Amino acid sequence: MAGRGPAGRSGAGGRFAQFKLVLLGESAVGKSSLVLRFVKDQFDDYRESTIGAAFLTQTVTLDENTTVKFEIWDTAGQERYKSLAPMYYRNAHCAVVVYDITQASSLDKAKSWIKELQRQANENIIIALAGNKKDTVDENPDKRAVPTADAEAYAKEAGLLFFETSAKTSYNVKELFTAIAKKLPLDQAGPRNLRANPRTGPLDLRPEATGQQGAGNCNC
Amino acid sequence: MEEIAPEYDVVVLGTGLTECVLSGVLSVKGKKVLHIDRNDHYGGESASLNMEALYRKYGNIQKGEEPWKKYGRVNDWNVDLVPKLLMANGELTNILVSTDVTRYLEFRQIAGSFVQQGSGARATIAKVPSSASEALSSPLMGLFEKRRAKKFLEWVGSFDQGNPSTHQGLSINACTMKEVYDKFGLEATTRDFIGHSMALYQSDEYINTPGQAVETIERIRLYANSMARYGKSPYIYPLYGLGELPQGFARLSAIYGGTYMLNTSVDEVITDQSTGKVTGIKATMVERGNEDQSMKFETKTTMILGDPSYFPGKTRISGYLLKCICILNHPIDKTNDSDSVQLIIPQSQVGRKHDIYIAMVSAAHNVCPKGYYIAIVSTIAESSANHHLELQPGLDRLGRIEERFMGPPIPLYEPLEDGKKDSIFISKSYDATSHFETTTDDVRDIYRRATGEELVVEGLREGVQVAEE
Repeated sequence: MAGRGPAGRSGAGGRFAQFKLVLLGESAVGKSSLVLRFVKDQFDDYRESTIGAAFLTQTVTLDENTTVKFEIWDTAGQERYKSLAPMYYRNAHCAVVVYDITQASSLDKAKSWIKELQRQANENIIIALAGNKKDTVDENPDKRAVPTADAEAYAKEAGLLFFETSAKTSYNVKELFTAIAKKLPLDQAGPRNLRANPRTGPLDLRPEATGQQGAGNCNC
Repeated sequence: MEEIAPEYDVVVLGTGLTECVLSGVLSVKGKKVLHIDRNDHYGGESASLNMEALYRKYGNIQKGEEPWKKYGRVNDWNVDLVPKLLMANGELTNILVSTDVTRYLEFRQIAGSFVQQGSGARATIAKVPSSASEALSSPLMGLFEKRRAKKFLEWVGSFDQGNPSTHQGLSINACTMKEVYDKFGLEATTRDFIGHSMALYQSDEYINTPGQAVETIERIRLYANSMARYGKSPYIYPLYGLGELPQGFARLSAIYGGTYMLNTSVDEVITDQSTGKVTGIKATMVERGNEDQSMKFETKTTMILGDPSYFPGKTRISGYLLKCICILNHPIDKTNDSDSVQLIIPQSQVGRKHDIYIAMVSAAHNVCPKGYYIAIVSTIAESSANHHLELQPGLDRLGRIEERFMGPPIPLYEPLEDGKKDSIFISKSYDATSHFETTTDDVRDIYRRATGEELVVEGLREGVQVAEE
């Protein structure tokens, strides 16, 4: 079962904490590509709109004692018609809001997503703004539609982390997630109850999780 | 705004739980689904509302007042519209696990399952005994009756429809439950709590219906097995309220390519004049706060699934549900201060024909701030007037009530036709039962009618792509 976190454990081996990260941004700015690069170190030029990426996880090692695990939620395309459910924002610890540096309107969209996050998500959510498709601009500087300084100034004013990234060349991808990991409140990560106590904690619904399945074992 | 695809396999109207489970399953099986809701939120009649939305829905507002403000942050409240819980071993749990929608949700137990014996101030409220050993310690029965109940429950546990040696010499497929109760010599009060708080029948019709004994026994077994699974009660409940369930299945659908549009009204259902079958829809999506930016569109489809509110001419009313949502600042008396309960008042105890249910949840399930309790009292309407009086025996159990939300009786709709003629498949309203078993029956029934196949959920999650850790 997915942890609602912040969940973690600390011990002799160091600190380990798990956080929910949500992705936001207009369609086709490269949200899934960024995650795919981060999680699997892959890139696909002709990737279809998001299908089948339910849930991805990736860990970032900050130092020899500290590991952060991201549980990454993709929009699954539900942002297209503004139909993201409250469940998506619930208990998110951090968000990556993506725009396309070759499309000026995508930054406006990113700003409205940030407003939505401030309305729906936890007050202390950590938000990173990512201007993606840096590779396109490197190849052809004329394609840039959002000056770095403009986005940076906005991010600074709104208190966001800011990176220009390229999922294609992996430029700044790892840096982006590492910067988020560093800002997360690792100390608040409580000990995770790995074997949930069904009397008080979350239940594991899988049939194999309990030994009392089937009518034959009814304790009548 | 992006263009809608010119054609979908299925268009689904309304994002209630029934519709979202169907969308999710159909999307996993490769169907191209367009899912629409006229509201700005998921869940339809099975949504959970925040405090402000609850006040606005039930109109408990004096002009210029904002009464929800005394209850803290409105979004700390997730108040269910349907008074239901999940059976731990029920079919909805099975579907949640089979589709991996459990990834998006977290469940807790309901702390207790209680039944009332007698009425008024002197009524006994006791835990529903679900096993032979619990029967022996239950205050609901006298000494000798306890032994008879123990024997009965032991028999139910070992019952096997296919093995006549477990049938106690009864022609089990044809006999009535009365004959079974008679066989064990159970008293009327015992039959009452077994039939109403374990088999969860809401009236006494089942007792004398020939051939209903097996179903009754299976219902008792579902209760007992659900109870045995986690220990405190047979019921489980999702954190943040039942409204999370449709959202979880909608996400499943979206992950498999389902397209979601809220704030979208259906302008026309297009049917082929010669075949009578549906061929598409016309609809309009409105952007919130930007109403002039509405988007009209038309798309083709081969079938439409939807809740009754989208098809007013194609449904009938099968009954009325009475419901009162009550905000308390204390647990319910005589329930050991349980943070959540199901309390059943069998009809015969209070001179009715249908049981009164109380479902209560609290901050333990993240549906309200600490110190508050949300109790929903419900029953099936028996008269056409003074329906608050019908709920009174239930309201009496709650003690001091901070706020009541009670609308008019809620009509329960069912489709007039099975949908095979026009390829429009309509779900039933969420009924008065305390759990979702009839909802999942409806899901299976609609799936069968719409696709011509039985719904098999086992193994559905095998296709879900999840990255290695």
